[in-house]
Amino acid sequence: MTINKPAKCGTLESNDIFVMLTPSENGISIELESVVEKQFGNHIKMVIEEKLKDMGITSVLVKAQDKGALDYTIKARIEGAVKRGC
Amino acid sequence: MKLRRTMLFMPGNNPGMLQTADTFGADSVIFDLEDAVALTEKDAARILVTEAMRTMNYGETEVVIRINPLSSPFAMTDIDKMARLKPDAILLPKATPEDMEILKKELERIEKEEGFESGTIKVHALVETAYGVETVYETIKSSNRIQAVLLGGEDLAADLAVKRTKDSEELFYARTKVVNACKALKVDAIDTPFTDTNDYEGLAGDSRKAKMLGFSGKLAINPRQIDTIHEVYSPTKQEINNALRVMAAKEEAEKEGLGVFSLDGKMVDLPIINRAIQTLEIAEMIGLLD
Repeated sequence: MTINKPAKCGTLESNDIFVMLTPSENGISIELESVVEKQFGNHIKMVIEEKLKDMGITSVLVKAQDKGALDYTIKARIEGAVKRGC
Repeated sequence: MKLRRTMLFMPGNNPGMLQTADTFGADSVIFDLEDAVALTEKDAARILVTEAMRTMNYGETEVVIRINPLSSPFAMTDIDKMARLKPDAILLPKATPEDMEILKKELERIEKEEGFESGTIKVHALVETAYGVETVYETIKSSNRIQAVLLGGEDLAADLAVKRTKDSEELFYARTKVVNACKALKVDAIDTPFTDTNDYEGLAGDSRKAKMLGFSGKLAINPRQIDTIHEVYSPTKQEINNALRVMAAKEEAEKEGLGVFSLDGKMVDLPIINRAIQTLEIAEMIGLLD
């Protein structure tokens, strides 16, 4: 699957994550802002990357604003954005 | 017997609510894909509910998913995605016998595809139109998947073109009709929500009125309503004591070979015994028996 157009999913409410995907040809890059970045930043990026790879996405720019989302929410919002962007 | 004193609506696209759904103490939670989700977010809500159902353990809390009405463009995808998760029940809005027939066929197909045992995806019917009220018996009769009928007073009042009032007099006919059909076909009747979330006295009064008519529980739209509804739909200490005395007197009468017996000067017959059994079953389920 390829991201053909910019797509977003999620909200800026507590416990959620707002993700925006932009087409890219330079592999997966992730820009993350998170209220828990110090403690969980690497983990959140890992969850995002794994979900993208599970869905067959190998190249995309991800901008994510996290408000304390659990893994299930991160996966759901990435899946939502990917489906909207393909 | 499943306890459904409260069924709490939760917006299907709200991660915070989905991950804490079972912590509020409601007997059932309803993940809503319909009214609580914006038209542009139906896809995101479906995915979020799917991930939540795969990840969370909701324990003993009944998990129900309200799909969009069959007349909407979202319903078929809702059914296809949500039924495969096998929640405790799918909630069919604006339920009619005709829509139940369509849903039934879809569920049969999904059960085959997923290898689920036939008839194991259960359904609750949300009755909220004049036609739905008039045909509620046929709706329930159309499938043994149906576990409960929920009354939706707001949409019904709109369909009847009447004002929705706090004392709910405008729903009297619908309430009694739904209760009677449910009792006749042995499914739960769940009353419409009380929409003023700050009026606890009003909520208690409305709950008592519905309980008196035969409802076994009430929809809730805010976790703060749960305690008040539970108080109404849980047996009181006096009711439990009375039920225990009826059962003790029954045992005594059986020992003595008596078919009919009296307690406190009043004859005790089968309906009273059945009510005592039911009271004790509910008391047991919510931990009120020593």
